[in-house]
Formats: sequence, C-alpha cells, structure tokens
Amino acid sequence: MSNILKKAAVVSIPTVRQALLRSNPLLANALLAKRSYNSKNGVEMTVREALNSALEEEMRADDKVYLMGEEVGLYNGAYKVSKGLLDKFGPSRVIDTPITESGFTGLAVGSAFAGLKPVCEFMTWNFAMQAIDQIVNSAAKTHYMSGGNVNCPITFRGPNGAAAGVGAQHSQCFAAWYGSVPGLKVVSPWNSEDAKGLLKAAIRDPNPVVVLENELMYGVSFPMSEAALSNDFVIEIGKAKVEREGTDITIVSHSRAVGFAMAAAELLEKEGVAKVEVINLRSIRPLDIDTIIKSVKKTNRLITVEGGWPQHGVGSEICAQIMESEAFDYLDAPVVRVTGADVPTPYAQNLETLAFPDTEVIARVIKRTLAKKIGA
Amino acid sequence: MTMLRSPMLAASRLTLARTAPVTTRPMAFLTARAFSSSAAAARDTVLRLPSNSFESYNCDPPSLDVNLSKDALLNMYRQMAIIRRMEITADGLYKAMLIRGFCHLSTGQEAVSVGMESALTDEDKVITAYRSHGFTYMRGGSIHSILAELLGRKTGISKGKGGSMHMFTPDFFGGNGIVGAQVPLGAGIAFAQKYLHPNAATFTFYGDGAANQGQVFEAFNMAKLWDLPCVFVCENNQYGMGTPADRSSANTDYFKHGDYIPGLKVDGMDVVAVYQAVAWAREWALTSGKGPLVLEMQTYRYAGHSMSDPGTSYRSREEIKKVRSNNDPITRLKEQLIELQLASEEDIKAMDKAARAEVDKAVELAKKDPEPNVDSLWEHVNVKGTEAPFLRGREPSERHHYNR
Ligand SMILES: Cc1ncc(C[n+]2csc(CCOP(=O)(O)OP(=O)(O)O)c2C)c(N)n1
Ligand SMILES: [Mg+2]
Repeated sequence: MSNILKKAAVVSIPTVRQALLRSNPLLANALLAKRSYNSKNGVEMTVREALNSALEEEMRADDKVYLMGEEVGLYNGAYKVSKGLLDKFGPSRVIDTPITESGFTGLAVGSAFAGLKPVCEFMTWNFAMQAIDQIVNSAAKTHYMSGGNVNCPITFRGPNGAAAGVGAQHSQCFAAWYGSVPGLKVVSPWNSEDAKGLLKAAIRDPNPVVVLENELMYGVSFPMSEAALSNDFVIEIGKAKVEREGTDITIVSHSRAVGFAMAAAELLEKEGVAKVEVINLRSIRPLDIDTIIKSVKKTNRLITVEGGWPQHGVGSEICAQIMESEAFDYLDAPVVRVTGADVPTPYAQNLETLAFPDTEVIARVIKRTLAKKIGA
Repeated sequence: MTMLRSPMLAASRLTLARTAPVTTRPMAFLTARAFSSSAAAARDTVLRLPSNSFESYNCDPPSLDVNLSKDALLNMYRQMAIIRRMEITADGLYKAMLIRGFCHLSTGQEAVSVGMESALTDEDKVITAYRSHGFTYMRGGSIHSILAELLGRKTGISKGKGGSMHMFTPDFFGGNGIVGAQVPLGAGIAFAQKYLHPNAATFTFYGDGAANQGQVFEAFNMAKLWDLPCVFVCENNQYGMGTPADRSSANTDYFKHGDYIPGLKVDGMDVVAVYQAVAWAREWALTSGKGPLVLEMQTYRYAGHSMSDPGTSYRSREEIKKVRSNNDPITRLKEQLIELQLASEEDIKAMDKAARAEVDKAVELAKKDPEPNVDSLWEHVNVKGTEAPFLRGREPSERHHYNR
C-alpha cells in the first residue's frame, strides 16, 4: 500500500500547470472547474464538472482515495467525468480496469477492507449488475457480519437511470434496488451542488455509498453557491432539500425528475393553479421521511416522481412510510406515484417518451390530485 | 499494436491450385441473394491460403487448401460490400440524427460475419454482442429490417423496440448489450443443440475486451466439462472501447485463453481463411468427444467504438489508414478475385454498384415507414396471452389492460 502512495506522489507532478495548481488551491479551483459566469455574475458549473472537482478535491485531500473503473484514465472517462485526473494523480491512483466488473468491484471492496478509500466507477450502473454480489454481499454486510471489526469505506458511482435511445439493457433506475439494502447508503444527486456535495460526502463516509448519477444531467449547468465552491463543501447524506416552497401540494422526487417537478411547479404557479412544494430527496437511503412528513402536514397532498419502475419503487416506499406516520391524518387526497412505465425501456422515440415521466405528466397528476378530496 | 506486427495479417495472396467439379456440400448461403446455377460458376475452386493464415494451440490447424465455388466467392464479395454499405449508411443516418443512442459499426470486420456464414447451416446458431448489424444480415435479416430498426420503425427487425444493439433472427440470438453476458448464453444454446439436435453447433462471439469477463471462463469450463458443440469466437479488433488489447489482457493470445480448450488464431481480414476456420471448427465441434474450441479472429475496427467516439484519441490516424490500405478485407478479396480471373474490374464495380443500390433502396423505404404503434409499448413484456391482467404506465390513469 505504501508503495502505491509513494508512486502516486512521484507521478503526480507532470506539468508546470499542475504544480501551479497544487501550490494555489484557489487558482486550482478556478482553472479546474472551468467555471463560467452567468448573467447575474454567479458561478455556474455542469454536473460533470462538479463531479470532477469533487473527485479531484477528495483525492488531493486524502491520498488513500483512488479511482478505479473502465476507461477512467487514459480515455478520461467514458462520459469524461474523470477528465484530467490521470494527468494530475498518475496511474497508481487513477486506474483503468479490464471490463471485469465482478472482479474489479471485489478487488476495490477488498482494498477498502484493508484501509484504502476506493471510488469504484461503473461506466453505467447497468453494468454493476455484473458485480451486485460484491456490492450487496461483500460491501454492505461485512461491517455488520464482523461485529464492527471490518470497515468498508468505498464509493460506488456512475450514471444511473434512463439515457436516450439506448434500449432496455442500458436504461433503468437502480435506486429502489440499492435503496433496499441495509448497510449501504444511497444518494441520487440532481444538480451540480448536489453532485459535488454528495460525492464528497460519499467519499468521506466510512460506509459503502452508492452514488447514482445521471448521464443526461452531466452536461447541464447549474449555479454554484459560494459555499459549494469551497473544498470543504459537503452535503449531509440522509437529508432532503426543499427546492421550492409551496403550500398546496408536495412533490417528492430525485435525480433528473426533480427538474421536471420544478418545471411543473413553475407552470402551475404561472397558471395560478397552485403553489407547489418540491422536495429533492438527494438521499435514497437513509430516506429523509421527516422532511416529507413536515411538508405533507403543511400542504396535505403528496406526489412522488421518479424514473424507476412503479412496483416496489422509491415512491412506493415513501407512500408506505407516510401511511405509517402521523402525516397520514393530514392527507386530503390519496398519494400518487409518478414513475417510469412498467415495461423494459423501448428504443423507438415515440415509445420511449411514453415510458418515462415528464413535466406534462406531473402537471396533469398535480391537477387531478388537487381536485380530489378524501371522503368527498 | 499487435496486429500490425503480426505477420498473419500481411496482405495475403490466394493461389489458384486447380478447379474441380462441385461436391455437394450443405452450403449455407441462406442470405445470399443471388445464386447462379450455371455449372461453370458452381465448379469448386481450390484456393491455397497463405501459410500464416492460422496459428493453432493444442490442435492441428485446418488445411490451407480451401474448396469454394466461384459463386461462393462472388457472394462473399457481395455480402461484404452490402454490409460495408449498410454501415456507412448507418453512419450517415446517425449523423443526420435519425438514429438514436448507441450505434456500433463493424466496418473493417466484414470478413468475420461473412466468412463465418459461408460455412454454417441454419441449424447452426450464432450469438454476439452489440456490434451486430453484419451478423444480423448474414443470419437472414433483410437490409430493410435492419435499417428500419436503426430508425426506430415499426418494420424494424425488433419492431423498433431494440435498436442497434438488439437484433435477432431465428438462428441468431442477438444483439446483446452487456459485455460478456452473451458467452454463457452461447454455451446454453449449444447445450440445447446437444440436447435436441446433435448435428449443429453454436458460434459464440465476443470481443477482445469482453474476453476477460469471468463468465467467459465459467462458460469455457462447462462447455469442456459437458462436451458442448460450442465454438467460442473472440473477435479481436484490437480495442475494447479506448483500451488496446495489451492494456486489458494479461495474455493477448486470446486463442489460448481456453487453457484446456484447443484454439486457433485466424487472419480475420481474409474472408476465405475465416470460412476455412469456421468450417473446420464446426466439424470439430460436431465430432463427439472433441468438445469446444476457441477461435480468435484477428480483425480491425475502422470506426470509433460507437458513434460518440471519434476513435482517434487512443490510436493514430496512420494506424487506421495503414490497415485500410494494406489489409482491408473487401479490397483483399477483390484483388484475389481479379488475380484468379474469377471477376473483372467491371464485375466488381457492378457488384459495388448493386450493393449501393440495394442499400439505398432499403433506406428510402425504411425512412417512409411508420413509427411503432403506441400500443406496442405494452406488447412482449410477457408472452402474448400470459400477461398480467394489466400493466401500469407513468401514473395510475395510464393503465394497459390485456385482452385475454
Ligand atoms: C458489463 C459491461 N461493461 C461495460 C460495458 C460498456 N462497454 C460497451 S462495449 C465496451 C467495450 C467492449 O470491447 P470488446 O469486447 O473488445 O468489443 P468491441 O466493442 O471491440 O467489438 C464496453 C466497455 C457494457 N456494455 N457491459
Ligand atoms: Mg474489441
């Protein structure tokens, strides 16, 4: 292990630019993040850049952190999330693996048992199914099985959920799958701040954490607050965020679907239909049911929105927990789940469109739910 | 890079040994669109392959003398020309944003699917990964149905529901998106063949990148243990996405990966060598007691991994150019046909033109075809008549009820 770390130090100063960046973290931040300034002079960053800076900051802060996965190094990442990291940290900390998910995941988990802090990238979460045994049986359970004797501080990350036009085997959401496993923490960022803060929190967390990113969001820019630009920025795992305050109905969502929920909320407010509260879950496990309960007590109506399948989904779990909570008594209408359709993802555009929720579907369900009254 | 260093892939020349009358052989030009029955054309040509066409592991390599009729050779040319044209067309359609998502082209690799098919019957089965357009065509898929699938049309070979990666025919099991997962499936198809039809084999294709997946080795073991008529074929196009073979594999002699399974490395840029190797492997697999084989087809992918990969960040343009100009499978067969006086320049041009016309016609048709019916979203989740009473869409009012 010390060997790995020594090598890393040797290979990680290849250029003047990098030496400069190392000596001046502020400059580093500015250059590395390729931040752009929007009209209000705020800083914007794409989700991809936010993830990249999270990786870089955490690798800089702790030399036990390393990145492993297919094409993460020389190719700069299949989706360019790890762009530049090989140059900065060298091949002992940015490691291209063969296409052997079960093997390299197991290896990464083993290295976490032995004191490293791996970030194990899956080119997409679809391919982690090759390795799900190592995630569930080895990573999630060993701390418990060992009576606390063995730790597994590992981050599993990659794009999750539907992409565009890639068919059934490459388009599905694993939030409910991993969300059901005790021993794991599961986060699902929507925007750039989420992406940076949650990934950094995941890497620092002493438990195995599953980070469900979204390919279709990688290129989308969001404002970054002053705090979020700092090296110390982390978002607490297990806390949801109220993205938009409202009084008439609560929408709970995660990942890309938060954007659709926000758009639907805006639309309905413009139309004068309702003031919609939007909750961005951020974490799937632990699930911040308290924030949802609080909101429901205020709005008395609840809709869940996700890209995954309906049966046993994240929305199903939220419904069940609301039923089991005091919020149940505050509901004026039945909770409705907006989800992916209960089919494998089809290729053709017109079919694919019908398989996933969008703003229009959410707006329709909001209107219908507002018109309902329990017992009426 | 391994391939350019390999003497096997230096442009080879076939030598015309003699012509002999045609022997009746269960030839399998199932997708061959033209078949001349004239006696002269059907007469076998015995060709001599270059001595470096094969390298064997724990077995005697096939003979370098190959029996093929002029018709068969001309058909191989036509089929390669059609696949090349189809892939170039797909490239254009993708860039015109008419094809969505992933699209993996096989330009440069045409000799593999074409040479293979020439040695198979339709009792034999084939399975591969997502680089599957050529295989789909060779296993009976029409050009129109392939292009219509790429365009997401109702008339597509998978009714617009699969796309580029997921195409199937009765003797071709796809078209699979998870790297390596098709390999045990192939062993399973061979298992079924042994169970049901002892006289056919399964050819299970995978890439140099896929070759390292654990389940490949699990499949090897079962295939050997149970003497399955399975030929594992590593289509070594030198790269798995952006990773050259020697950065992914501790042993790049993929034909030796079977350890206890004999193997053969084949010049996969020579369609005749591929034909000979596959015919030999089929025979091997069907000879009881010999069990599986591992073939390695040395080939090359001209295009990027998929349409989003320019394919030039991890290899030089010169490298691609060099293979194209010295070792292109279509050019090589063309030169051989001319040298053997089996076709003239004019004949070749006519075949190229016909291939272009056929593909162009198919694409025009496909473009006019309708999108899938929206109700087909619900079809095929389960076998017709055995579905759940209903399935849910995106919200409770979107409900599809099945009529049973
Ligand atoms: C299990 C799995 N991991 C990763 C991927 C992403 N992926 C698709 S193709 C590919 C490269 C495969 O290379 P190779 O087997 O050589 O086949 P080629 O593309 O060269 O035909 C990768 C990594 C996948 N589809 N499935
Ligand atoms: Mg390859």
